This record gives sequence, C-alpha cells and structure tokens, in this order.
Amino acid sequence: MSSSAPFSEAALEAAQLGPLLEEFLPASTWHDASGEKLLAQLALLTRAQQEFVLHWGPVLARNSATMAYGMARQANAAFACMATDDIERWLARAMDAYDKAGLSAAFAVLNHPARFAEERRSAATRLHLDEALGVLELFACGLAGRQFQIAEGDCAHSDSATFFLPASLEHYPRKEDNFLLYKGMVAHLWAQVRFGTFAGAWFERLEAYPDPERALAWLNVLEAERLEIRLRKIFGGLMRDLDTLDGGARPALPGGFAEQLAAPGAGVAVSLALLDAALAHEPPPLRPYVGELRPALVRLAMQTRIPQEKAALVKALGKWLDEIQPRREDAPQPEIRAGIAAEAEERAALDIVVTLDGKPVAPPEKVRELLGSIALDLGEIPPEYLVPAGPGASAPEAGKTQKNQDAASAADAYTYPEWDYERRNYRKQWCMLRERALAPKGDDFVRRTLARYHGKIYQLKRAFEMLRGEERTLKRQQNGDDVDFDALVEAYADLRCGRELSEHVFSRRLKVERNMALMLMVDMSGSTKGWINDVERESLVLLCEALEQLGDRYAIYGFSGMTRLNCEVYPIKEFAEPYGDTVRRRIEAVTPRDYTRMGAAIRHLSWRLNQVDARVRLLITLSDGKPDDFHDQYRGTYGIEDTRMALLEAKRAGIHPYCITIDKEGPQYLPHMYGAVNYALIDDVKRLPLKIADIYRKLTT
Amino acid sequence: MNHPAESAFLIESEPYYEAVGDEVALFEAAYHSRIPVLLKGPTGCGKTRFMEYMAWRLKRPLITVSCHDDLSAADLVGRYLITASETVWMDGPLARAVRCGGICYLDEVVEARKDTTVVIHPLADDRRILPMEKRGEVLRAPPEFVLALSYNPGYQSVLKELKPSTRQRFVAIEFDYPAAALEEKIVRAETGIGAEDAGKLVHLAGLTRNLKHNGLDEGASTRLLVHAGKLIARGIAPRIACQGAIAQALTDEPEMLAALNELISAVF
Ligand SMILES: Nc1ncnc2c1ncn2[C@@H]1O[C@H](COP(=O)(O)OP(=O)(O)O)[C@@H](O)[C@H]1O
Ligand SMILES: [Mg+2]
Repeated sequence: MSSSAPFSEAALEAAQLGPLLEEFLPASTWHDASGEKLLAQLALLTRAQQEFVLHWGPVLARNSATMAYGMARQANAAFACMATDDIERWLARAMDAYDKAGLSAAFAVLNHPARFAEERRSAATRLHLDEALGVLELFACGLAGRQFQIAEGDCAHSDSATFFLPASLEHYPRKEDNFLLYKGMVAHLWAQVRFGTFAGAWFERLEAYPDPERALAWLNVLEAERLEIRLRKIFGGLMRDLDTLDGGARPALPGGFAEQLAAPGAGVAVSLALLDAALAHEPPPLRPYVGELRPALVRLAMQTRIPQEKAALVKALGKWLDEIQPRREDAPQPEIRAGIAAEAEERAALDIVVTLDGKPVAPPEKVRELLGSIALDLGEIPPEYLVPAGPGASAPEAGKTQKNQDAASAADAYTYPEWDYERRNYRKQWCMLRERALAPKGDDFVRRTLARYHGKIYQLKRAFEMLRGEERTLKRQQNGDDVDFDALVEAYADLRCGRELSEHVFSRRLKVERNMALMLMVDMSGSTKGWINDVERESLVLLCEALEQLGDRYAIYGFSGMTRLNCEVYPIKEFAEPYGDTVRRRIEAVTPRDYTRMGAAIRHLSWRLNQVDARVRLLITLSDGKPDDFHDQYRGTYGIEDTRMALLEAKRAGIHPYCITIDKEGPQYLPHMYGAVNYALIDDVKRLPLKIADIYRKLTT
Repeated sequence: MNHPAESAFLIESEPYYEAVGDEVALFEAAYHSRIPVLLKGPTGCGKTRFMEYMAWRLKRPLITVSCHDDLSAADLVGRYLITASETVWMDGPLARAVRCGGICYLDEVVEARKDTTVVIHPLADDRRILPMEKRGEVLRAPPEFVLALSYNPGYQSVLKELKPSTRQRFVAIEFDYPAAALEEKIVRAETGIGAEDAGKLVHLAGLTRNLKHNGLDEGASTRLLVHAGKLIARGIAPRIACQGAIAQALTDEPEMLAALNELISAVF
C-alpha cells in the first residue's frame, strides 16, 4: 500500500482549485459570482474526477478557453451520468464539432452531457434495421420462397407484399435480443400472409362495428393467437427463443377462445366469428413481436396485385401449354384445375396441386409462383383464373435478347438494370450502354513507357513466365509417357537386393493448363484526370507485355459515360485480338472523359466475359474507386450500392471479380463497396502487374 | 473366362433405396434396350444410391468413376505399368466394366475434360465399342454392359453443359429431392432419428431450397440432411448439428451463413 494511488487523496477544496484553474482559464473569464459557484461545484467531485477536469481543461483550452470553461461547468453533470471513458468520447465529440463548425456547435454537445450519455447507452443496445436487414431479408425469403420486401415503418405491419419494421429496436438491453425481436416480427408478418389473415375480404365488415378501431385491435389479438399456434408448430425453435425474452405469457383471452383458434384448419373466419363476444372485454396487451393490422394498406396492395397476377397467370399458362404441345385454334382447350392441397399446417410451404385434363402435372416455376401468390390472396384459386392465353400468344416473347430492340435510337444499345438501395429493388432496363470505338492516338506514350520501365518489364516477364509453369516433368510417377531412368535403375538395384520393386519408375510431362480468361476494365471517367490516368496507361502497357508471356486470353475495355442513357465502354483489346500496334495506340487514347456509372459497365463486361469458354474467369476493375454520374443520384451511396451489387452479381455468375483502386489512400466506403470481393489499393504503376501475377497464382494453384 | 474383378464389384446385399417415381422401370427398360442412361439432378438427391440399387437388382458389377477435371482418357481406358520383369497392361475402369459386362457409372461427368468424354462416344451409340489405341485393340461391349452418366444441370454453367452430340445418345432420367414425406422416411431410415427431428430436418431443407437463386446455388440436399441426422443421432444438439452439417456446407458468405443459422434456430 503506497503511492500507487495518488488520487485516493482527499478532494481539493475550492480555495485550492482556484489557482489550478487559472493556469488554463484567464481569470477574467470566470472571476465573478458564477466563478464562485463553479469552484464550489468542482469541490464536490472526488479527487480523481478533479484531476480529470484539470487534465482535460488545458487540452480544450488550446482550442478555446470558453470551451474549457464550458466543460468545467458541466463536469458534475457529466460525472453523474457517464463513466470516464464515455466522458472522454463526449469531449472528443465536442472538439470535433468545434473543428468542423465552430464554438456554437461545440456547445451544442458540451451543454448536454445527459443526452450524449443516453446516446451511448442505446448504441450498445439499439439495433438498427440497416444492420439486420440483409439477414432478415434472406430469412424472409427462406420462409416464403419468394422475396418479400422489408422496409422501414413506424411499427411492425405489412401490406401483404412488404414487411414494415421499426427503424431501430431497443426493446431489450441486448442487441441479440433485439435482433430476435425483429426475427419474430418477420415470422409473424409472414404468417399473416401464409395463414390467410388477409384472405376473405373482411375489411368492410369491420367498418360496420360501432367502434371499428376497437374491433380491429381485437381482431389483431385473436389473429396473433391463431398465428402463434401455427408458428409454434413449424417454428418451435423461434418461439422458444422469443419466450425466453418475455416469459412467453400470451394475452389472456376469454374462455374457450384459444381452443377454437387452435382447431385444425381454423382461418381468419374463426377470429371474425369470435369478435362479437370478444368486444365485451378490453383487448389485452400484445406480445412485443406483434405489430398492427393496417387493412387499408393491404386492400390497396391487393387491388393492384390481383389483376396483375391474373393477367400474368393467363400469359404464363398459355406459354406453358405452347411448350408442352402445339395447340390449334379450333381444338378444344385443355382444362386446367388448381387447388390448395389438404392444408399442411406443419409446413411453411403452401402446396398447390395442378391438374391438366384431370391428370396431375408439375407446372413450371413461374406458374407455380403465381398460383401460390393468388392462393394466398384469395384463399383459393378460382377457375376463371385458370384460362390460358390463346395458342401462340407467347410467341413475341421468344428469343429475348439482351439487346433492346424497340427504340430505334437504342438499336446499338444494351440495357441493364440498376440496383436502387432505397427501394431495395432493381430499376429494370434502367441503363443503356453502348460499345464505342476508341480512335487510336499516336502520342508516343507507349514507347516512352517501354523505355522508362525497361528493366521492370524484364523482371515482370520473368515473373509471368514462372507463372506459366509450362511443362513440368514429374519424376518417379506410377505411370507416365516416359521412363524415368534414374528411378528404373534404382528399382532394378532394389530388385536384385531382394527388396520390393517400386512402381514409381515413370516420368510424366505435366502441362499446367490454366484455362483462364481475364477481363480488365479501366476507368476513363473525368475524375481520373492527372496522375491516375498516367498510372492507368502505364499499367496497361506493362500488363500487356507481361500477359503476353502467358498466352491466356485477355480483353481490355475502358468505361465512362454520362447519365444512365449514355453509358459507354470502349474496347481497347478484345479477346480475339492480338496485342499489337492498334492496341498500343488505343492504350494511348485512354483519356479521361465523363462520369463513372460503374454498375452498368461491370454488368456488361461480366456478360462479355461469360461468353468466353474458360475454367476460371477473372474480372479486374481498375478505377479511382469513385462511382459518380452527372447531376444524378449515382453520386454517393446509390452508386456505391449499385457497384457493390453488380460485383455480387458477377460473383454469383461464377466470375472472380477483383477491384484495384488507384489512389494514395482509399475512401472509407471501399471495404463496403467491394464487399466480399477482393480488392487492393495501389499508387504505384510497378505494383499492378505484380498484383495481377499474385491473383493469377492464387487462382490457379 | 470369368473376370476376377467382376465379383469385387458385385453388390451383395440390397442397398436401401426408396423409389421416387418410375425411375426403376425406366432404367430397366433402357438397360434391356442397351441404351445408355443419363441421370440428371442436383447433388445429393440419390443418384449414386439409385445406381447401387439397380446394380444389385440387375446383378451386375457396378464400377463408379467420380469425374474431375484431371481425369484423362487413360484414367478411364487403361495404361501400361511396369512390373518386376515386364510391362503389363492395366485396364481402366471403363475397360474393366466393358469386359465384365458391368455397369459403368461416370459420376458428375461434366467435370471431366472434353477430350475425356470423347472416348465414351463409340460406347454410347449403337456401335458399343471401346477402342483402346495404345493396345491396338477394340473392345466390343457384351449385351449386359451399360453406361450411365450423372450430371447436375442447375449447378454447372451453360458452357460446361453437355454437348448435344453427347446427350442425344442417352435416355435421361430426372431426379429431384424426394417429396417431404418420402424424404422424411429416407432420413429416418438412414440415421435412426425420430419422426419429429426428421420432420424438422426436411422442413428446414425446404426453407433452404427457397434460397436457391437468392444467394445460394443449391439448397440442402437429402445427403446433407442425412449428415445432420447422423450427428443428431449421436447426441449432438440439433442446432449445432445443422449449423455444421448444413449451413457451413452450403455457403461461406457471412450474411448467408447468418441467415441459414437463423432458419435453423427457428425450426429447432
Ligand atoms: N431415394 C433414396 N433412397 C434412399 N436414400 C436416399 C435416396 N435419396 C437420397 N438418399 C440418401 O442421400 C444420400 C446421398 O445420395 P447420393 O446418391 O450420394 O446422391 P447423388 O449421387 O445424387 O449426389 C444417400 O447416401 C442416401 O443416404
Ligand atoms: Mg454422387
């Protein structure tokens, strides 16, 4: 026990504190009545707390003495609601605000320690929908077999197509538990659709009650009970988890209700029948995962969806029948019937049975999907929905290509969708992309580069030659094209000595067949102007020289454009083209142009790459990592999210995307934008071909 | 002469196989008509087991080759080996099956290199011969010989799909995951777990199959259910068993993995 705890000493008195404060606060700023008050307050702190104030005072005062004074005034309040590490964060936030926006911004932070404390507390607890959304969407898709949209709403509710969830949850102190609550909400909203809460057009009937709001509240309670019984059967694990959160107590219902709701096959009609009796009682509180019923939203969604799906079904049925057998106009149409299979409540999936002229058949996925969706909305599939379109009606759809053929001006354009992260959906046929020739230029750039990096290129060629691995001779093989004489001699020697004869006496020439195709896409947007463009062009020259050693197929395209209707890619070297003078002159013509709508370029060049027959396909993007477009939402998050999505699509199509960003230091969003895709940051020409050699090595060994 | 190899490839006891449709009759008809067979379907849905069962039923030796992209024609047909004092010819599995009139099953044939698949052409059409260039010998297939290939149409890219010239020589039998009740029965029979757990496994499989085309290449196969079931039967907690045997087997992507684990914990 000794001096190791200096702060365990007694707290300083007001009189002792005065001179210490004066060291960083000019006397004039606080020597008045309020100064007296301040000293009295600080005297109430522990010695350790006082030392904290005396430490941070001068730090703040270096920016502004007023700020230091403000901190001292709030010190007692801060210590009352925060631990020292959070107080330090609070002060850092205030200084940050001062740097960015001046004194009044700093005081907006400093004057409200309690508010900051609250924010800190909920950061550990609160789960934002954004953080959970990806997993929740996949979870919902797993339950439903189709994509439900999940969007932010004021509380958990659905319109039967979109699940609305609160923007954040802090119902429980632990984040995991709040995630579980989200999960429960999704399962409940899905169950509403799956088990027919919205079937049977009860919306008007509810209006007839003297107090429709109360009737709706009760209906929600009854439906929640009915659905929970179903959920317990098929998602026992989830319900068990939810029970551990809130004890699992279910709303108390009048006698006999629960039994009726639990009856096999009970639908929303049972809840509606119980409504009259229920209204005599107060509706009990709901479990936390149960949201609200919003029939008006559901009605709206159904009004548009039902006729759309009916039309789509007519078309899909017609197309299907055309595929099965040619139909004639005058012949009688086959009779299609569809129904929901004997309710399998222990399954998440809805079973639809389809017969064609009395025989059970398996319709294509599209038809099954539509039938499922219609059955969910209507509770059945009415026969009038099952009338296929006439023979051949589907013909114009056949032979669909990626090229957009309708608009004359768009004759040479490819159309691509674009991911809208706010809608969480694609905008279909959103971008138009054209392939434009680059006019070859002769500015001597390639020759200068070759001269400048002469030694480097020699090394690179060697490095790539090693990669080629060519033909290696494997010795001591069990079989092969040639005899390995060394091994054979040894083997005979062994045999003579009475030892076992080795079978490993062959040599085999092993040709490492890489069978790889590389697509390199080069950013030609305006933002690459300056050294980045030079680095790009130099890299291209070096890379081509090196790649020629390998004999692998590779193509190079530039990309740029302005607005979604004018995306462009510029072939620099196509797959079939040799690396020669024309290509070199095109590399010289790689100059900064307009903007960077990167998603469309990635989609197009992935498509091009996928037309090449190769075992491994590699897509390398070379850019400054700043997706951007003219006067357009593509700037910022939208562009980042679309680029990310395009890369994920490429990955799903079996391509290995690799993103190389040329910059000294990358913007913070790079890890997110490139997501699961590999990426690297380089600022030195010489490193690019080596990087690519690395990638090759990884992909081929 | 009776080939010594033959008996080693005979399947003695009846393999457990649940017929899903009329595949047994179809295979037998093709067999007796000497038409080669193509088994189409996702991985782990019972194609290999079906072949074992048919081999047993027809009392023919079954010689299975798992194709991979290093598989050479010599691996199938055969090659010379050196023994103590001479070089001897070693039949490859295909030649062995032809000689003994067995069933040659090339599993996942699209994985094989194109030049490899070429050697099966003369066997697959009505010539039914296997030329062995290195030996200057042509093997003529006896009537009992049959060639069967399997491939997974969903998984492989379009480019890797079988060439029409290859596939048009075959009778195709389509396989898919068995219907829920049957799959439950299979999982129980293969693992010995109870009806409740088996039902949950099959239910879970359905949920993962919903994610096909939404981030998964393929949902959980019957094989994965059997794996998970075996772990459960050994006393591993079902959630853990499924995470290891199903979720991890389906994906490496963190978000998808998290979603699969959420589905698992919702069911179990
Ligand atoms: N119809 C079936 N009858 C019996 N077992 C089956 C059946 N379908 C699948 N299985 C089980 O699934 C496992 C994987 O099947 P397998 O035949 O190896 O699949 P595939 O060859 O299609 O990849 C089998 O080992 C068996 O346990
Ligand atoms: Mg198999």
